[in-house]
Amino acid sequence: MRTTKTILFSLTISLIMSLHQGCKPRKPGSVLIDGDAASKVYIAPGKYDEFYNFVSGGFNGQMSVYGLPSGRCLKIIPVFSVSPENGYGYSEETKQMLNTSHGFVPWDDLHHISLSQKNGEYDGRWAFGNGNNTPRIARVDLKTFRTAEIIEIPNTGGNHSSPFITENTEYIMASTRFSVPIGNKTDVPIGTYKENFKGTVSFISVDPNSGRMSIAFQLLLPGVNFDLARAGKGKSHGWFFLSCYNSEKANTLLEVNASQKDKDFIMAINWKKAEEYLKAGKGEKVSNVKYAHNVLDEKTHITHSEILTEVTVLDPKELPGIVYIIPCPKSPHGCDTDPTGEYIVASGKLAAVIPVFSFTKMQQAIANNTIEGDYDGFPVLKYEAVLHGEVQKPGLGPLHTEFDANGNAYTTMFVSSEIVKWNIEKLEVLDRVSTYYSPGHLCIPGGDTKKPWGKYVIAYNKITKDRYLPTGPELAQAAQLYDISGEKMKLLLDFPTIGEPHYANAIPAELISKNSKKIYRIEENENPYVSKGEAKAKVERKGNEVHVYMTSIRSHFVPDNIEGVKLGDNVYFHLTNLEQDWDVPHGFAVKGANNAEILTMPGETQTLKWTPDRVGVFPFYCTDFCSALHQEMSGYIRVSAQDANVPITYSTGQK
Amino acid sequence: MKFIKFQHLIWPAFSIAFISCSGELKEETKQQQVNIEELTKSQPEVHGTMVKEEEIMFSNPLNAEWVTTGKSIYEIKCQSCHKLTNERLVGPGWSGVTKKRTPAWLTNMITNVDMMLESDTEAQKLLELCLVRMPNQNLTREESREVIEFMRKNDGEK
Repeated sequence: MRTTKTILFSLTISLIMSLHQGCKPRKPGSVLIDGDAASKVYIAPGKYDEFYNFVSGGFNGQMSVYGLPSGRCLKIIPVFSVSPENGYGYSEETKQMLNTSHGFVPWDDLHHISLSQKNGEYDGRWAFGNGNNTPRIARVDLKTFRTAEIIEIPNTGGNHSSPFITENTEYIMASTRFSVPIGNKTDVPIGTYKENFKGTVSFISVDPNSGRMSIAFQLLLPGVNFDLARAGKGKSHGWFFLSCYNSEKANTLLEVNASQKDKDFIMAINWKKAEEYLKAGKGEKVSNVKYAHNVLDEKTHITHSEILTEVTVLDPKELPGIVYIIPCPKSPHGCDTDPTGEYIVASGKLAAVIPVFSFTKMQQAIANNTIEGDYDGFPVLKYEAVLHGEVQKPGLGPLHTEFDANGNAYTTMFVSSEIVKWNIEKLEVLDRVSTYYSPGHLCIPGGDTKKPWGKYVIAYNKITKDRYLPTGPELAQAAQLYDISGEKMKLLLDFPTIGEPHYANAIPAELISKNSKKIYRIEENENPYVSKGEAKAKVERKGNEVHVYMTSIRSHFVPDNIEGVKLGDNVYFHLTNLEQDWDVPHGFAVKGANNAEILTMPGETQTLKWTPDRVGVFPFYCTDFCSALHQEMSGYIRVSAQDANVPITYSTGQK
Repeated sequence: MKFIKFQHLIWPAFSIAFISCSGELKEETKQQQVNIEELTKSQPEVHGTMVKEEEIMFSNPLNAEWVTTGKSIYEIKCQSCHKLTNERLVGPGWSGVTKKRTPAWLTNMITNVDMMLESDTEAQKLLELCLVRMPNQNLTREESREVIEFMRKNDGEK
């Protein structure tokens, strides 16, 4: 018997082995994909993608735009970081956009995107992004794919929990990740965190016509760390839900000290109630703040920056009914509202379950006063009373959740590197799929709205390792696209992303493409330094400033011979691109410029400042290949000694 | 008895191995269903319709208002490349152009240059001569009429 068993065992093993040898050996990271995956992401030459994917750039401070399902990178929109490639943050017209109360801040960390909404659906007008480090919110105009406005957030120490949007773009919500001492007493020992550090949540109103932002009010809150948030929608419209960690209020070694309690919390904020208090005059105008508000004027192409010094603060401790606390297992991170607005999914980074809260139950608990205590004077609702249920053993390290239109949720598992699909109502895990590796955020087209389009989910991973050809120690980030149209998620595509993407939104292409601006009409250009035609080009001296009113058209500058500049002068090249055809920008670069080049779109005026540091003749040229005679598109500027007797002269084509 | 039990243990393992393997083989052998040729075949650019001769009429005396507006459009959008003499700058000088070309040809060239460069032999000859594609300066039909009136004035019409 024993011999038979041994023979049979080895026979079976060798059979299995031989079958395995017949299979292709798996390379690290390789995975089984369906044979039709390629056709599902193949976009033929000249054809368009189905969705725009607006992806945060993380530490590059920019917003990237990809086409889906191809994963092709279409554009990097400069937002919080300078972009020498087109002069954003360097040109005289754009550098004010990066002004803050700390002066010019040329970099930030952009984590989250919120596309503007109407009735809980994307309307394709604007994309908002947060600056994490020096707290700011940016608005990108989706007609031009340009940063149109940036507002700084005062009383904040790290703008992570932002910019989350209400269903009619009434407000952008921004809350502080790092609580800080605020008000007049800010020079305090760090050890006095518990007494002196405060958290704030800011509600930034958005003008429905112009998109202009202004801080409507701030809520003064306990000194916890606000992490992520979502507005309610549908039945829960009027509320915001924010995940909070460090309820211990630790100020050192948070890795250990902020992970002590079994439960931190989700803070529920009734912003409609806050609005009522505001209308009733309960807000206090605080004028010990300084924050920058920078707006791009579409007609002049110039950004104007002003420093504001007042903000209205509401203290919910004295205004009951605004803030309620929902206990939530260990260190919650993602906090996502489902399309119906009934369920709030919280992900405890260190928890073994995903708790799902019910908005209806929360309302009942508030009405019945089902509270288990208070936190800093705010009512803490009973966990069980508010809980819809827990998803058991979903995976390790749940972070973020998006939704499809069929009652399913998709949650990333950072530690176990997977996306888990589960049914919200039944709390049952339906499917799981690996990601490569350690996903942070994920995105489903419309996945944060009332009407998700579904179809795809994209995982934005934190670890890349072996996914692409190695590029030294620093790698691009890895994203994977999955088909979610069936019961099972299917991996379709793996594509590299730039910077470090966090959250992203995807929107059907036609909602954006139909409005995309092709040129700036030269007739409408109101830049004070515009040259409407070559006859208007000129050079003027004002003290030690030399203003060059210059035009460009395929393929020459007017003027292209300039003399009379002296050492000690600042030269301003005001370049107007006279082209009126789509995709014919002209660039301008001059030798020795300490800033960057400028890229001027058709009909636009942009200005580069140049301070010559020596006597001589300096070439300038067009940097954007514009025609067969692009290499000829150049000129010279002569710089003479300070005491030289060279008058200002300028010309083009003089023989 | 032991043997039977053992068999039960082994077979499931065997079948799992087979399935995972056949899945991968399928990937190798399955024909791609995409017809690349079909997807990539000519995607012609669309440049709108040609203006016909009878659509543009000239009359005298010249419309003075059009001449003035046409001149200001010329200064912003045309002067960079076209002189009013017969000297070629980037494009040909305008002197005599209204005698040499028909009203519809001028209109098409101004408002629909990409179509002209694709289909009109005279326009193509000019491109060979000048080597710079005339840019589309986004003039409306009305604006092009005003510019043409200015061209007529430049050619000495009254």
